Amino acid sequence: MSQSFEEISAQLKKRHRRSARMKWMTMGALILSAAFLVVFISDMVVRGWPAFQQAQIQVEVSYDEQSRKLPLAAVDKDVRPLISRGFFRPLPRKMENNPALMGTTQTQWVIADSRVDQYLKGNEDRLRPADKETLQALVEEGRAELKFNTTFFTTGDSKMPELAGIASAAIGTVMTMLVTMAVCFPIGVMTAVYLEEFAPDNKLTQIIEININNLAAVPSILFGLLGLAIYISFFGVPRSSPLVGGLTLALMTLPVIIISTRAALRSVPDSIRHAAFGVGCSRWQVVRDHVLPVSLPGILTGSIIGLAQAMGETAPLIIVGMVAFIPDASISITGASTVMPAQIFTWASEPNSAFAEKTAGGILVLLAVLIFLNALAVWLRNKFERRW
Amino acid sequence: MPMNIVFLLFCAVLVVLGGIAFTLSRAKATHVRATGMTMHAQPDQYAWFAVLVTAGPALLVSALGAFVLLLMGADIPTFYLLAASLVIALIGLVMGLNQVRSDFHARRAIEGVIRKLLAAAAMISILTTLGILLSIISEALRFFQMHSFWDFVTGTTWNPGASFLDAAGRGDEGGSAAQFGSIPLFAGTFMITLIAMLVAIPFGLGAAIYMVEFAPLRVRKAAKPVIEVLAGIPTVVYGVFAALTVAPLVVDIAGLFGLDASYSNALAPGLVMGIMIIPFISSLSDDVINSVPNSLREGALALGITKSEMVRNVVVPAAAPGIISASLLAVSRALGETMIVVMAAGMRPNLTANPLEDMTTVTVSIVAALTGDQEFESAQTLSAFALGLVLFIVTLTLNVVSVFMIRRFREKYRVNNL
Repeated sequence: MSQSFEEISAQLKKRHRRSARMKWMTMGALILSAAFLVVFISDMVVRGWPAFQQAQIQVEVSYDEQSRKLPLAAVDKDVRPLISRGFFRPLPRKMENNPALMGTTQTQWVIADSRVDQYLKGNEDRLRPADKETLQALVEEGRAELKFNTTFFTTGDSKMPELAGIASAAIGTVMTMLVTMAVCFPIGVMTAVYLEEFAPDNKLTQIIEININNLAAVPSILFGLLGLAIYISFFGVPRSSPLVGGLTLALMTLPVIIISTRAALRSVPDSIRHAAFGVGCSRWQVVRDHVLPVSLPGILTGSIIGLAQAMGETAPLIIVGMVAFIPDASISITGASTVMPAQIFTWASEPNSAFAEKTAGGILVLLAVLIFLNALAVWLRNKFERRW
Repeated sequence: MPMNIVFLLFCAVLVVLGGIAFTLSRAKATHVRATGMTMHAQPDQYAWFAVLVTAGPALLVSALGAFVLLLMGADIPTFYLLAASLVIALIGLVMGLNQVRSDFHARRAIEGVIRKLLAAAAMISILTTLGILLSIISEALRFFQMHSFWDFVTGTTWNPGASFLDAAGRGDEGGSAAQFGSIPLFAGTFMITLIAMLVAIPFGLGAAIYMVEFAPLRVRKAAKPVIEVLAGIPTVVYGVFAALTVAPLVVDIAGLFGLDASYSNALAPGLVMGIMIIPFISSLSDDVINSVPNSLREGALALGITKSEMVRNVVVPAAAPGIISASLLAVSRALGETMIVVMAAGMRPNLTANPLEDMTTVTVSIVAALTGDQEFESAQTLSAFALGLVLFIVTLTLNVVSVFMIRRFREKYRVNNL
């Protein structure tokens, strides 16, 4: 069977077309994956941006005997429903602490109610018509506007959306991460040093290695079950505390740190070890004075990536009870606490739609921290990495 | 005295003793060396050895004591425990000083201690696995004492709601008895995993093939970090994305076709989970495809086949074990993924093949069982551990098979970087 020249060239053309098609299809896969990222980030930014703004209203606050007994009386009756209840509640105490205020009238910017906030952002309209008129008048006078939301960064959770903030969750995250790193960094580095530099090649070492790889693939929620059964039920570590959360996350992060530290140690050329042995160093002296200093940037990079991973983890923390309602930040590792991803989870399940923007705002803060950490890791790697 | 002050005091005394041990034995060693005797180690090494024998046993004893105190409920007063530790520290100090002799290998002794310390750290990972296994198995066994294993594996109704009445001793008040048939949960899990894989494998593999075989170096260098950012996004964030953005979108689109979708449909978490897993598959397959030897590619091209034919007929078959291994790891991740499904999938156990309906998964049920106001002993709480056990076994099996496959690949092409 012979083919004519035309047949062969047609066939060739077809084959080349198919080849080009495959190139475009695989390229499309890559572009679409990147597009997901863009859609995703922009969706979060669009949703979360309003969270950094908060409606405030300028009112005359009269500090007198009547408003000490009945805080609502401190402002004009018309604007009263527009103002957050969170402003009125601490008023009597404020007056007791500061007697000079008594009998004065001051013009202040105060936090508006979340319905006002949502209305000014154009999200939803749940104001009564009369209140809306008052608000319109205030807006025209320039006495009601959206300002930068400092409350979001300085307070803890609240049932009132206009007062809810990320601060106590951020402090909880810091405490939890301190516990996590204090536990898993030394243990992880020690394990990696043992496996790379000291361990004899026997069955036990192999079991440890296989075990670490398996541990890295265990679903994170199972670490939560471990934390619940062992730390809380067995050892009696207080529930919801950064201590139990940190210990749970430490076990989860351990394989990440071990694996990256081993890679860093392995990249140190043997010539360095041989030279050190040659001048009479013992094994520990070689590791301490030569291998570890040289591989430190790699170890730190791996640890920061592990830290970022632990920081975004939620599932095991839910199991050990770290989705608590924490209005006030407390710097303690045994008190009830929450972390940023758990706070996001809590807000996401709030029925009040004003919390939706808080959720996205919290996400933006969390993503910013994580991107900073990862950028730090990349920077460390690029600056200190040595090619041998 | 409050507990933490006692503890601080103990630590301070220990540090002081260590310091004394260091200075004394260092002085002694320097003195011995000054007499002209040859010693096996440097003065500093004798000093550190003295510190180790002073602080080490004392810390060990106090830690053991604390352990016994906490666990066995033994009634040893803390004060006695700490005092005993300090006595041991003193004995250690004397012994350490005694060991400053010319014929003692202080450096070798330190080396031995450090090696043991490092080995002990390495054992912690084994202890973790054992801890997971023991905690899950023991609670799961207690669950299977209350409800039969057979019903758990074959039952099609998951209705743990009534179990709190049993736990409260009011079992006969509720309408229906609690039922723990896990099939609907596993069906939901596999459905969502399947959707995720249908997204992740084509996209992940396609992106990897493009990056290795077609893309210029510049594109490759730019694209890799972008894909890795996807991997660094916390799962709770994906969960919010699935629940707030994708799920309503799915409902709208289904509405266009005249289909009725639930707001907690299985499609949305599946799709988003697929996006989450893309970087996982793409970076693993990237490594694997990269390690297919170039001689195979060049041989194939030399025969005159096109690039896509080479990829399809040579590179992908050669990399197949690695790609399958990556996909299995991805499946195990999808099975154990929690936050996306907790936030976007339903809570209702539902045995259906329609991804537009709401269905629940194993991980959702674990979270639901452990976050309610249940007491620890109730069957519902314990059922979480039974589900966790199954999850552990399944993911472990997938992981072992995947390691086996990647080893075969590695042996075939003698690559060492995988």
